[in-house]
Amino acid sequence: MGYDLAFRLYPYAPVAAQGMAAQRHPVVIVGGGPIGMATALDLGRKGTPVLVLDDHEGVGQGSRAICFAKRTLEIADRLGTGGAMVDKGVVWNVGKVFHGDNKLFEFNLQPEDGHKNPAFINLQQPYFEKFLVEEIRRAQAEGAPIEIRGKHAVTDVVAEDDFARLTVVTPDGPYQIEADWLIACDGARSPVRTAMGLSFDGRVFEDNFLIADVKMTADFPTERWFWFEPPFKNAGQSALLHKQPDDIWRIDFQLGWDIDREAELDPVRICERVDAMLGQGVDYELEWTSIYTFQCRRMEAFRHGRVLFAGDSAHQVSPFGARGANSGIQDADNLAWKLDLVVKGLAPEALLDSYSSERAHGADENILNSTRATDFLTPKSEISKVFRNAVLELARDHAFARPLVNSGRLSLPCVYDGLPLNGPDAFEGPARTRVGAPCVDAPLDQGFLLDRLPGAFTLLTINADMPAPDAVDGVALNRLALSTDAHDPSGALRERYLGAAQSAVYLIRPDQHVAARWKAADAGAVGAAMRTALGKEPPA
Amino acid sequence: MTLILTPNIPDPDGFYDELLALHDGLSKEESDALNARLILVLGNHIGDRDVLRQAFEAAKPPPEDG
Repeated sequence: MGYDLAFRLYPYAPVAAQGMAAQRHPVVIVGGGPIGMATALDLGRKGTPVLVLDDHEGVGQGSRAICFAKRTLEIADRLGTGGAMVDKGVVWNVGKVFHGDNKLFEFNLQPEDGHKNPAFINLQQPYFEKFLVEEIRRAQAEGAPIEIRGKHAVTDVVAEDDFARLTVVTPDGPYQIEADWLIACDGARSPVRTAMGLSFDGRVFEDNFLIADVKMTADFPTERWFWFEPPFKNAGQSALLHKQPDDIWRIDFQLGWDIDREAELDPVRICERVDAMLGQGVDYELEWTSIYTFQCRRMEAFRHGRVLFAGDSAHQVSPFGARGANSGIQDADNLAWKLDLVVKGLAPEALLDSYSSERAHGADENILNSTRATDFLTPKSEISKVFRNAVLELARDHAFARPLVNSGRLSLPCVYDGLPLNGPDAFEGPARTRVGAPCVDAPLDQGFLLDRLPGAFTLLTINADMPAPDAVDGVALNRLALSTDAHDPSGALRERYLGAAQSAVYLIRPDQHVAARWKAADAGAVGAAMRTALGKEPPA
Repeated sequence: MTLILTPNIPDPDGFYDELLALHDGLSKEESDALNARLILVLGNHIGDRDVLRQAFEAAKPPPEDG
């Protein structure tokens, strides 16, 4: 599908391979969106050669995903783009919920103190993609083996037992490529998935949403405003107003199922709606408009032999809750270290099955949450609507009903509870840092904890001294020895990692998820847990 | 005893989901009857007439806005 570019970042250039027999690459990524680029950056920084094939020459226009959650910013920080995102993005904390003319309540997402990153920022997707490509250029300059080929469109894939064969079409004609490993980051309509004849099942929601991104210098506050049954003319069943950088505001109208798409996209008609919402005398320009419908669905498995699926190609959710791009980035975070170790022969291929099971677990959670939000926004029966409106009426006066109001549960990182890479959870520590959870940030005497967990296995000891190996089976194990006396001026490290215990040992995966924890451990226990986290042996 | 009007149900989304699932496939009449039975069952569980009276108040239609 063709689209206009926001940033032309990787213009087409012919490569020598176009005139040669199929060249074999260790890793090929199809699709240069945020998930593909993040995965390429992570792999390349670790030294694994990676080739990105994109069917365009840069980043497509349109704000698209605009809401990036703290976990995404933490992962982006590890990749080197977090600072640029937070600098450019709009930080917001306050949300207000209206029912018709009435304000029902407001909420504040302000996280507790002691996190480097805010709970959410709003940022147009093209900026995120641009920052990733800029970071890839820096990594390339430092020798990271990453190659991006623009306007090299993958049109066919044949999956063999131990590699994939790709047909790539360019302005100079087609050529063949072979990939030891292929990662399909090619979006919800994934041509790779289609070429392989794999199914993508789920639920279709019968609704249309109109996005109108407008540019204006109005002094609305930097808050998320959401209306059920909006009071302004022709606004549909719900509406949203949300600020982005560059004086752009996201306006969203829920139009229902039976609409005339062409007519609704007429700028005159869109402006009538926007005028009714913003009131008289507000100057604005339409920046980007789109009508979308959506589905909640996922592939049964995200690994098919040597082909891996990440982001929207593997799972698709409704936009309520900002769980699309945010979950895709967690896919990239989960996949890159595993594939890197497999390519280097340091972990068995079976480790990649855990990518599928962990991220399918995440996708199910996201689908459940976004399905529930959608059912609340679009009650599926008369009685659902009766209950929905009862909740809204009660929420105005009674706090108990407010947690039931669902205009999207904002994305939180997934905890890999009960999954095969988990080692022992050997003390009654805080629940939020249990085995399977992503590490919670904490301020240290200098900087933040997550900045000290840079994409490799780390053994974090708190008030515990122990001899530990530098590596297990050839996989490096970093050491981070902290004490609450010296490194925890705020007490957050104790609260988040020790609870009532006096000491703790945490084995932390390269994606900053907790692999195992103990009050005290010896090298044998650490080695066994690390082999479990590498997919080599079942937990003791 | 005072009627609890602050959040008191763990996993509110899960609760709401289960509540609505009870109504799947029912006619309007059947749904109304289900709701009536449900109120009577819950009322019996609460038992305290004073608390129930407070609940009746809380559930009354909100006053019209002027």
